[in-house]
Amino acid sequence: MRAVPTRERSEFDLLAMLCILPSLLYVLCMFVYPFLYGLYLSLRPPKIAGFSLANYLTFFGDPYQYGTIWITFSLAVPNTIVVLLLSLFLAYGMRRGFFMERTVTTILILPISLGVILLSEGILGFYGSQGWLNQAIIALGLVSEPFILTHNYIGVILALFMQQFPFCFLMLLGYISGIDPSLERSARMLGATPWTVFRRVMLPLIAPGLAIAFALVFVMSFAVFPSAIMLGQPSGSTRTISIAAYQQAFEQYDMSYASAIAVVMGLCQLVALIVIILLRRRMAPAATMGVGKR
Amino acid sequence: MPEQFNSLNSLRLGLTKRYGSKTVLDNLALEIRGGEFVTFLGPSGCGKSTALSIVAGLTPATEGEIWLDGKRADDLPPEKRGFGMVFQNYALFPHMTVFDNVAFGLTLKPLMKDEIKRRVQDMLRLVQLLGFEDRYPGQLSGGQQQRVAIARALVLRPRLMLFDEPLSNLDAKLRVEMRAEIKQIHAELGLTSIYVTHDQAEALSLSDRIVVLRHGVLMQSGSPQDIHDRPKNAFVADFMGFRNFFKVKIASLSQGMAEGVSGVVTLRARAGGDVVLGANAIMAIRPDDIELSGEGAVCGRVEIVEYLGREQEAAIRIDGGTKLWLRTTSRLQVGDTVSLGFPIDKVVLLPNE
Amino acid sequence: MRKRLWNLALYLVILGFILNMMGIVSHVVVSAFAKRWFGKPLPPAFTTDWFAYAWTNFDLGQVLGVTLFIAIAVVVLSLLIGFPAAYILARRNFRFKSVLLLLYFLPLVIPQMTYGIPLATTLYRYGVGGSVLGVILAVMVPMVPLAVFILMPFFEQISINLEWSGQVLGASRVQIFRRILFPLMIPGILTAGILILVNTISNFELAFLLGGGGSQTLVVALFYNMFAGGVRPVYSIDAMAVIYMVMVMALLLVALRFVRPTQMVFRLDR
Repeated sequence: MRAVPTRERSEFDLLAMLCILPSLLYVLCMFVYPFLYGLYLSLRPPKIAGFSLANYLTFFGDPYQYGTIWITFSLAVPNTIVVLLLSLFLAYGMRRGFFMERTVTTILILPISLGVILLSEGILGFYGSQGWLNQAIIALGLVSEPFILTHNYIGVILALFMQQFPFCFLMLLGYISGIDPSLERSARMLGATPWTVFRRVMLPLIAPGLAIAFALVFVMSFAVFPSAIMLGQPSGSTRTISIAAYQQAFEQYDMSYASAIAVVMGLCQLVALIVIILLRRRMAPAATMGVGKR
Repeated sequence: MPEQFNSLNSLRLGLTKRYGSKTVLDNLALEIRGGEFVTFLGPSGCGKSTALSIVAGLTPATEGEIWLDGKRADDLPPEKRGFGMVFQNYALFPHMTVFDNVAFGLTLKPLMKDEIKRRVQDMLRLVQLLGFEDRYPGQLSGGQQQRVAIARALVLRPRLMLFDEPLSNLDAKLRVEMRAEIKQIHAELGLTSIYVTHDQAEALSLSDRIVVLRHGVLMQSGSPQDIHDRPKNAFVADFMGFRNFFKVKIASLSQGMAEGVSGVVTLRARAGGDVVLGANAIMAIRPDDIELSGEGAVCGRVEIVEYLGREQEAAIRIDGGTKLWLRTTSRLQVGDTVSLGFPIDKVVLLPNE
Repeated sequence: MRKRLWNLALYLVILGFILNMMGIVSHVVVSAFAKRWFGKPLPPAFTTDWFAYAWTNFDLGQVLGVTLFIAIAVVVLSLLIGFPAAYILARRNFRFKSVLLLLYFLPLVIPQMTYGIPLATTLYRYGVGGSVLGVILAVMVPMVPLAVFILMPFFEQISINLEWSGQVLGASRVQIFRRILFPLMIPGILTAGILILVNTISNFELAFLLGGGGSQTLVVALFYNMFAGGVRPVYSIDAMAVIYMVMVMALLLVALRFVRPTQMVFRLDR
């Protein structure tokens, strides 16, 4: 038998290549390419030859357009904060299992699966001025006039909250219950009250999950579209940036401008993500609250 | 020489714990005196860790009470009981350094930073980890992590130390070393300790008293010698290494000696006053106590031989079909015919089950 | 004692949310069966006429057909190209594996509206926009990665020793796949399939941006009919919504036999 110099077999052989190729190509062609194409298109407004930032200048020169950034932030940020705080409160409190857990988690899946359209339609009915909620509080004599909860900012926030809360709650619940329970127990044995346990032991360990959850919820809230139309005032107080992009694409047929707006939307989300990451870095050393460093 | 702790004087318990219809602890009653090292010993699922958890205050008992120095302690939450606890998986805070971990309990009290630093360093010196203050748990070996966990609990000068199978995750050699360290610390500091384990060697070497549990029931409580040499029932005997059991009928009884017959084998053992002639009972003997030829000799054929270094452990099939285990320094071979003797002092008489 | 109060507060909040959800959903259902309903707790008379009305006026037969066709196509295609990728990613380690995983991860994390606009622009430019094919292609963008990420843990659970035993016993790659791997992956395939199905049927943004006259899915049609010119009676809209809801909930019931609710949500520990 002649000696053959052995060559290290790569784990990425022909079989691996063949298996990965279809999906990889798909993601590259249908995700990466459109992104790049959109970016390219945004820099080539129809009436100007060559590359130009005209779209962006127009966008930032028109209050009706750039105002959408502020509107969208003012919807996304409060919603994210409320969703996160409530989810944290509930997930932490219920981290060790709770009564009828399976049933409750199943019901919480509903808003996620049913989708935003059904939810919005339901909110229009239930929270409308003739809806059950207003009927109830008027019947109880709490108010004399119905609360206007739809076709305004509040309606959109309601829809956003109901969509994001179950998602965030279930995410955090899974994450928090994954933390080793003996850490909590040992902290209590060392004399820490439940609040101290939360503040000094659990919260630092939950922080990474919190940051990711915050980022995800914010990014999803920022892209709000159908509920802003159905439950808000799409041409007024709840004209979000996604509406602006949509209108350019499908009402004005100016794909170039629409792409520019989509790019701006993506950039805003990216900036927010970076801010979240930086904040987390800054908070991490403080999380290891210790005694006397040498 | 580190100062001794203000340990408790007495701890009295009577605990029952049920989960739905399942009883995990069935009126476990005992009293622990200050300075004692008590071990809860038993197979997994016997309730020993549950008992410890109830003493710590982490789990509520279904029925029963805990009396600490004459005062009821059940309603105290764990953080107010002043007990120290060491867990099987160390439970060190991963985001804190060794120093911060050990100092954690101290930072909850109104102490000056210098005092805290001094106490932490004293404790680290005791567990031989001085110099490791700035390391993180993830950078330590299993044995080192366990020592940090011990230091963290001890630095608070607890009245009672609770150990929940602390050495189970360590390899055999380390286990033996750490065992000696724990024993030494307990003695030096004058601790009172409750230790939970399934390892009988650990229990025997560490304890002043062993409590053997099975399915939540106390099977026997006594000194290591009592448990080892004079088990009171078949379960404890089996757990402590008696591999050979005979179901016998008491054929004769005289002068504190009982003769039991099981098929072709007749064994004799010392008997107390509660043995009845003609009753069914169990007699047991350890593999190392069976002699090659001698009293009550029974013949058998060697079927399996396991080499253990200095000794061999052999499975012997005796006339009548029973298989016995013998441990001996003699060299045996498969197929040999041997004659076995059962010294009366080494046979234990146990109640029938 | 304080602990009891905390627990009570927690349960009340969750209960409040659930009652809220049930209120919203049942309002839609009640409205769908109402003859006329204005300002009273319950409608004075009930009817099922609105369902027939919705069926004919909203062309529900065609819409349902399109929706199911698209859904099944997305499921089949996503599983087909996702399955081999999940296998390799679960079994092998190579240098750019983390880059690949990140790449697959992006369409799931970046909101559909953000990449939907450029995607729609591109597909329209290639003439596929507004057609059933366009919708299928668009919805597949997040669904292929979803298939990969759902299937991967199932593959990881199948010990590689099983494949090696097959090899040692003389089986070829195809035989190992057909007789060992595939049967063991059936639960994974079912789980992935049903989750993709639910996600596709309830997908709005992408289906909306790419859908046209004849390629609207049920949700998109629902949305359009809420804003159609010529006011549609709200009861008929709600009837359509109920049909959609029944469809999704039936699928959910099936899905939950295979999957725990927490598995349907994004896992933070990736």
